[in-house]
Amino acid sequence: MDFKAKACEGGPPEASAAEAEAALVRRILAGERHLFHELVRPHERGVYFAAYSVLKNEHDAEEVAQEAMLKALRNLASFRAEAKFGTWLTAIAINEARGRLRHERVLQFSSIDAPTEDEDGEFVPELITDWREVPLESLERRELREMLQQAIASLPENYREVLVLRDVQDLNIAETAAALGVSEGVVKTRLLRARLRMQKILAPQLASKRGGRLFGLFKKGTGQSWF
Amino acid sequence: MVLNCRHVWKEISNYIEGTVAPELRDEMEQHLAHCRHCAAVLDSTRNILYLIADERVFTLPAGYADRLHARLQEEIEGPPSGGV
Repeated sequence: MDFKAKACEGGPPEASAAEAEAALVRRILAGERHLFHELVRPHERGVYFAAYSVLKNEHDAEEVAQEAMLKALRNLASFRAEAKFGTWLTAIAINEARGRLRHERVLQFSSIDAPTEDEDGEFVPELITDWREVPLESLERRELREMLQQAIASLPENYREVLVLRDVQDLNIAETAAALGVSEGVVKTRLLRARLRMQKILAPQLASKRGGRLFGLFKKGTGQSWF
Repeated sequence: MVLNCRHVWKEISNYIEGTVAPELRDEMEQHLAHCRHCAAVLDSTRNILYLIADERVFTLPAGYADRLHARLQEEIEGPPSGGV
């Protein structure tokens, strides 16, 4: 499901975008290094949030995003055109961020995150009886944005990574798997757990806020999807 | 096979992705039409995913792009590196 489909309308077809990217890579490798700015501009946001999904810290995420971009520039000759440049760049950012996290954990002698859970275990979502949608307009409210950010930050690292790459950055399942270096099956399993955890954390909070009409605008009727 | 709630929860992420097989999808929809709990779980999960996909939720630090490109420019203008 593409939650950002509307934002992509009118953009260039994927194949020609990939060709344009491949042409830029060739020109940079041939010496036009200033074109690297143009190559990475569409990926600035994605690289930052890939790093953030691991580190949960703005300052560290920015440093790692810079390091990942520099590493990509220095190693551009090793980029293989059969992969998407954005996926390759995201994988570099994830690896850089994980390396930094490992280093910090060694320094602290303890784990920053909760231990990884058994992915085979069952998970029960929040069993509400109906749901009235929280509209996008509600995102104007800082309280809601912080609630969503905190819920994502509270996820175990392996769930947070897939959720951010798939549901925030809108990579597809295959791209998410490639960026994380895991199989598509693992991505799907983690995504299920991550999404149900988000529902479990947020549904009660959002339902109670709705009762106070904090979020203002509601679609008439209940239990209907707006999708 | 009659699906119970646990079967539905297990497939709910794939259902949102649109990747469940047609027969299973039909069975899930039959269940969802009669189970208020599962229908609310689906609606709330989708709604939350729709919200977090919005660019207003996560914003870049002020000046991030400027600092990034300034650093890249230093590297571009510097001597060629042999890689990492």
